[in-house]
Amino acid sequence: MQWIAQTLAVTLLNLKTIPQRLSSSGVAIVGIAGVVIVFVSVLSIAAGFTAAMQGTGSPSRALVMRTGADSEMTSGIGGEEADIIKQAPGLRRDAQGPLASAELYVIIDLPKISTGTAANVPMRGVEPTAFTVRDEVRIIDGREMEFGTNEVVVGRGASGQFAGLTVGSEIQSGQSVWTVVGVFEANGGVAETEIWVDARVLQGAYRRGNSYQSVLARLDSSDAFDTFRDWLITNPQLNVQVRRESEYYAQQSQSLSRLIQGVGFGIALLMGIGAVFGAILTMYTAVSTRAREIATLRALGFNSGSVVVSVLAESLALGAIGGAIAAVAYFGFNGYQTSTINFQTFSQVAFAFRVTPALLAMGLFYALLLGLVGGLFPAIRAARLPIPAALREL
Amino acid sequence: MKYVPLLWKNLWRKKIRTIFTIGCLFVAFLLFGMLMTIRAAFAFGVDVAGLDRLVLIHKVSLIMPLPISYQSQLQSTPGVEVATHNTWFGGVYQDPSNFFAQIAVEPEPFMSIYPEYTLPPEQMTAWLADRLGVIVGADLARRFGWSVGDRIPIQATIWQPKGGGLTWEFNIAGIYDGEPGVDKAQFFFRYDYLDENRAGGEGAVGWYVVKIADASRAQELAAQFDGMFANSSAETKTTTEKGFVEGFANQVGNIGAIMISILVAVLFSFMIVAANTMAQSVRERTSEVAVLKTLGFTGGTILMLVLGEAVFITVLGGGLGLLAAWLFVQGGDPTGGMLPLWVLPSRDVAIGVGLIVAMGVLAGALPAIQAMQLKIIDGLRRN
Repeated sequence: MQWIAQTLAVTLLNLKTIPQRLSSSGVAIVGIAGVVIVFVSVLSIAAGFTAAMQGTGSPSRALVMRTGADSEMTSGIGGEEADIIKQAPGLRRDAQGPLASAELYVIIDLPKISTGTAANVPMRGVEPTAFTVRDEVRIIDGREMEFGTNEVVVGRGASGQFAGLTVGSEIQSGQSVWTVVGVFEANGGVAETEIWVDARVLQGAYRRGNSYQSVLARLDSSDAFDTFRDWLITNPQLNVQVRRESEYYAQQSQSLSRLIQGVGFGIALLMGIGAVFGAILTMYTAVSTRAREIATLRALGFNSGSVVVSVLAESLALGAIGGAIAAVAYFGFNGYQTSTINFQTFSQVAFAFRVTPALLAMGLFYALLLGLVGGLFPAIRAARLPIPAALREL
Repeated sequence: MKYVPLLWKNLWRKKIRTIFTIGCLFVAFLLFGMLMTIRAAFAFGVDVAGLDRLVLIHKVSLIMPLPISYQSQLQSTPGVEVATHNTWFGGVYQDPSNFFAQIAVEPEPFMSIYPEYTLPPEQMTAWLADRLGVIVGADLARRFGWSVGDRIPIQATIWQPKGGGLTWEFNIAGIYDGEPGVDKAQFFFRYDYLDENRAGGEGAVGWYVVKIADASRAQELAAQFDGMFANSSAETKTTTEKGFVEGFANQVGNIGAIMISILVAVLFSFMIVAANTMAQSVRERTSEVAVLKTLGFTGGTILMLVLGEAVFITVLGGGLGLLAAWLFVQGGDPTGGMLPLWVLPSRDVAIGVGLIVAMGVLAGALPAIQAMQLKIIDGLRRN
């Protein structure tokens, strides 16, 4: 009991006097907050990119592409093949027929608003069923395009990142002119970076005859995938591969997410080492300027355990303050919209920085860990101070 | 020089403090080196991109093909030295995660347009003699353990071979090298091989690269080329290679700005740590400074002593950090070739050295001036 009371008293004393050592404590706080901000912001880029890619994929949709194609970009499917694919079992059907959309995927150059330089914006030719196949798509501004015309709808992300993609504006690309009539959202997915147009109009504009690049199909249920795939890959009239849409997008995001995460962890680890050095310096300074006080306490009968705890508590408090500052800073960049290029399809993907609760918890934990490690050695040193020598110091 | 022992003694009066301060600065400049390397990687070699090379792409998008017939028109334009074309192959070697660029080129004009790629003459001869020949960058060869004479199968994604199946075979005719900063992770094979064996798309090329005689005429020629092909089915957009690479780097996103903002945060935090330590260490020595002054040391000497100490610590810690970063970068790309370049530019090393010295002076300035202005009586009276 007495030990607890002692510890409490010394700890409170330490915590209450932090403001008096503002400059040196401030150094540790700034150091820790800086590390945690960088750590979380870099990981939030990876989280945002992955979320955009995976928000698109549904396990109950299947993507059919030509054998050997590694993305829609490099795939090709003839018009007759597309018709055969639409007869496959396992496909959901409604009053209008099979829920499958044969699609074209091209990119066009549009200026990126942030830099003014040309960016590869994906343009997707779709069939009218596309809006029922992708049931998460909702028009949030304007209206759906009229099929058979040069009207297009653009994703919310594309509208924000690239110039001239607002309702009513016209896009000049090569010899085609497209009129934007609506903006849609798609659950934050990668489709939000796309421009959608009638597939048949796009075939004409790009001289593609009656050919497509992929067929996106809505399955009866997630379990119907095997039936659907087996029928297609064993069909001698077809030369296609079938993947769940969710798997396709997960694979597309893999390499870039890994790269960002690798860089993020590497930077955070190195900065963490630096911040621990900073915290150790701060706590050593705190201990050495108070050597006399600590020795006095010990001479009065406070045991060394309570001194260790008090120093650690102070250091943890600095870590917590640093973490809290970082947490406030997160609100500054959470949701920040940007875009990058996906090398597999050579096209832009718009995404938002995403500070998830898990990342936030990780950041706070890291801040406390830095504080704890930084306080450890100075705490032991404080406990081991020879009392007579310390009383004489300074 | 006679003050060096004094400086040295002062430095090590509190070993732990000095060591950790050096450690902080070490980490700060190690990070500086690493971040600058990543930044350079995402700039895609814009520093070596030529101003006397123009790139013509399809106006709608880079992925649209251009007709091969443009070549003779470009070649016969006055002011053009060499006009050649490249075509993106986009195949897969074993697994899609083994991504690297495969480009179909015309060997002779290609090598004359890109003098930065160096290839032994006998390998060049071998490449010209073998239709299936390919030259690969030294970094790429190291990544997959390839050597000259190996046969490499690549799975087609865009260009399927006429004979059916998906596999294209290539023979490694040579391994090119180049200065640091040159992308040595590419795979260049012969366009004639591609064009004769692809099912569909004959006569289509990806983009043109034109070397011009006078770099100052780049704008004028670019406009002339675009005019030549205006109102055709394949209109072009011509930029300098440098502009093209910059535009591409911008597509990836502003990695440079992100890296620099991280660096500012890092260097700022660690500079505060260093400055605080320095101030603390001088404050502890107030009475000693007063004694030195009593012994006849001038204010200027004291200023230099304190500043010298600060600069010494930062140069030691920062210098070692920068050196460690350089050594790490020399060790090769840890991502296994996902980044096109992996080099710490010498310009950034120079900036780093400048920053180290500036940081030392800034961190030491305040305590040094205080020590210089200290009145002997005040200094001795403290405590």
